[in-house]
Amino acid sequence: MRYIEPHAHMVSRITDDYEAMRMAGCVAICEPAFWAGFDRSSVDGFYDYFCQLTDYEPKRAAKFGLPHFSWLCINPKESEDMGLARDVLGIIPEFLKRGNVLGIGEIGLNKNTRNEIAILEEHIDLAARHDQLILVHTPHLEDKFKGTNLILDVLRADSRINPGRVIIDHVEEHTVDMVLDAGFWAGITLYPESKATPARAIDMVERAGMKNLWLNCACDWGRSEPLAVPRTAIEMGRRGHSKEAVDALVYGNPMRFLSQNPRFQIS
Amino acid sequence: MTRDQVLDLYFMDARCKLIELAAFLDRVDRSEGEADFRLAAIRKALPLLSSAHAERAKSVLMALSDPTVVPISAATGKGACGAWPGATP
Repeated sequence: MRYIEPHAHMVSRITDDYEAMRMAGCVAICEPAFWAGFDRSSVDGFYDYFCQLTDYEPKRAAKFGLPHFSWLCINPKESEDMGLARDVLGIIPEFLKRGNVLGIGEIGLNKNTRNEIAILEEHIDLAARHDQLILVHTPHLEDKFKGTNLILDVLRADSRINPGRVIIDHVEEHTVDMVLDAGFWAGITLYPESKATPARAIDMVERAGMKNLWLNCACDWGRSEPLAVPRTAIEMGRRGHSKEAVDALVYGNPMRFLSQNPRFQIS
Repeated sequence: MTRDQVLDLYFMDARCKLIELAAFLDRVDRSEGEADFRLAAIRKALPLLSSAHAERAKSVLMALSDPTVVPISAATGKGACGAWPGATP
């Protein structure tokens, strides 16, 4: 089995996870910028984090033969402070020049506030001005349905945005259709409790089709499973899906979306 | 997959989760104090499991979701709890 992990917060994981993912068939890892579990106190904290994502973490992954790519933003959990958020938006362009950066992400909403929406719009503007791919985080649990609708409204309001270059992540049964029907890519995140299980993820794939879907583990410092994608691939096999179908979902689809940025090269 | 194949693969897992849910409700009943909106949200969603509607997972998720459309003025915290407080009168 080969697979691409398109969404993993490896700065929060131990080195053994890299080894386990490599042994399970992972051929590349993509890491969106994320909330650290606490609010950073200044733009300098983000400067250091972006250095970690674009310099240190790729070297750590390379020790296990894994290409490492990153996405940059201020996560919606910290965008309620609009002054800080705009300071961070101001330093992102210099990092977009770094060789492992694939786009702007994971932007989006958390509690569906006016400030979060304003900063989301500014991230989308930044992506449009720099011709970047976009990776969108949708809110958690009870906030997901409302937040996904608001995010779709914001994206559709910007005529520069090509839905085929945007992936809207963390979809579940009540949001997957609205994302795909609007022409965007959709990501299914595999979490033990708060998002989709392997069985539910495959249910969604079987119902919605696998054309513009990817799976990811989004492993971070919370309850999460770095090997959730290969575990789900095995589950697909148990249901009788062909090896070719599994490969298309866990390797071909992320390859197709991410290759829209020519920097995404894996041997 | 045939229904038998689905049952072969998933019956034990579903049985386990069903008993866990029952045990959780028993545990809540044995405990003291007033329950908040989260318990009401689960009780509201339970009948959806026995409906003839084919999209039960989606219906349960919707029953636990904020259905409003207007952004809120400011966040009072960062987390989500899994049920929408506004669903309870």
